Amino acid sequence: MKLKWQIAEVTETIQETAQTKSLIFDVPEWQEHFAGQHIDIRLTAEDGYQVERSYSISSPPENGQKVAITVERVEDGEVSPYLTDIVEKGYKLELRGPIGGYFVWKANQTPTKPLLLIAGGSGIVPLMSMLRHRNLNPINSGAVLIYSAKATADIIYYDELNELTKKDGTLKTVFVVTREQPVNWQGYTRRIDLQMFEEVLGKMTTDYNVFICGSTSFVEAAADLLQEFGVSPQNIKTERFG
Amino acid sequence: MTDGIISKGFTGRRRNSGLDKRDRIPPGQYETDQFPVLSAGPTPRVSLDRWTFKVSGKGIETLEWNWKEFLALPQETFTVDIHCVTKWTKLDTGWKGVSLDTVFSKLNLLSAPNLQYIVAKDVTGYTANLPLKDVINGKAWIVHEFDGKTLSADHGGPARLLVPHLYLWKSVKWLNEIILTENDQPGFWESVGYHNYGDPFLEQRYRGD
Ligand SMILES: Cc1cc2nc3c(=O)[nH]c(=O)nc-3n(C[C@H](O)[C@H](O)[C@H](O)COP(=O)(O)OP(=O)(O)OC[C@H]3O[C@@H](n4cnc5c(N)ncnc54)[C@H](O)[C@@H]3O)c2cc1C
Repeated sequence: MKLKWQIAEVTETIQETAQTKSLIFDVPEWQEHFAGQHIDIRLTAEDGYQVERSYSISSPPENGQKVAITVERVEDGEVSPYLTDIVEKGYKLELRGPIGGYFVWKANQTPTKPLLLIAGGSGIVPLMSMLRHRNLNPINSGAVLIYSAKATADIIYYDELNELTKKDGTLKTVFVVTREQPVNWQGYTRRIDLQMFEEVLGKMTTDYNVFICGSTSFVEAAADLLQEFGVSPQNIKTERFG
Repeated sequence: MTDGIISKGFTGRRRNSGLDKRDRIPPGQYETDQFPVLSAGPTPRVSLDRWTFKVSGKGIETLEWNWKEFLALPQETFTVDIHCVTKWTKLDTGWKGVSLDTVFSKLNLLSAPNLQYIVAKDVTGYTANLPLKDVINGKAWIVHEFDGKTLSADHGGPARLLVPHLYLWKSVKWLNEIILTENDQPGFWESVGYHNYGDPFLEQRYRGD
């Protein structure tokens, strides 16, 4: 079966932070996705010139054909500034998906190891789909999110993450900022390190179901540290945005 | 040439517009001068004194090399374009390594004409499948130097497969085994929705493309 290019209309846009924007599409022939998957977007200029890029899905599978992505504006980028600065409600774009069958999490999946989600910057996007999915389903294991951003103002979905954490005693969220020293801040203010994992995760277990997403350097650092902490590499799934 | 709709207000940067280069960039790909990383999991670190590479198959003898023996095989340096399914293409990348023709010349493949596919494996159990015809006659290498330098672990060092005419997930990193098989056996990405063959110029990214 072929993954067809489809025309999808933007039904809503949300400015999440100064640099990031969510686009919510209505995709008529959407085939249900798993949390963690992505779509490909194809843009075509008037003269036929085309480009494609991948974007992780931030909406949970339960939202069906209302598919959301969150795009970070890459300065000088060819595609992301178009999506964040020009596209508005009512625009029609070509996309196909869902894509990727490995970096995925299903709430009903066994075994039910605790989830450990580690995000760097816009790497939170596919992990947010997992957390939203988890929130909509009965769950029988805990989850920890460690989310590193440059500054507090760059944290995407900040309020929603705090809400989810407040209402769900089995979800622990730890924010990390690397280029700001905010006052009255519960989170960390340095790059992720081994001591941070020891403090956050404790000594009970190292048997987590781990998803790490972000830039290559962030993913490499986090995956190396987790193995040092004692997590088996077989339990670590990674997605690198570039 | 377009199928698809015009994206209102999109002009594009057209950094691929150099005419000589244009033909070398497959559909849906963009040129980058960086070297992004795609792997499904953490980067394994393989020490050279424990490195081995093995070739086996039904009805042929199994051969194994350690690092020193591998470096003693005839080495080739060459320049090729590489294409990752995540959309980037890197032109004129320079490599050094051993041609699979050299490896296979040590085996009596004529005695096993039914072995028409290979499964390439890495140290973590990751696999990719390829037709034998795509990895012989100067089309595939086991490389250990990139750009004149030792291949780094994140890009597959100590040594990776390199099959530049197919999407790069076929070019298994941290390679430690090639098994010749009678039947085509889908590998890791091929089993989770990616294309079985992966020709970038036919844009065979996903199953059914
Ligand atoms: C599986 C997958 C999922 C992805 N999911 C998301 C997502 O959910 N949200 C999102 O915003 N992006 C995501 N990306 C990245 C996205 O596909 C694009 O690479 C990104 O939007 C930049 O494209 P561009 O055309 O704007 O920049 P380009 O024109 O491609 O690049 C411009 C410059 O920026 C550099 N650059 C490219 N990408 C990045 C980056 N990610 N960070 C910093 N510098 C970069 C380039 O090397 C170049 O120098 C994902 C990528 C993959 C492979």
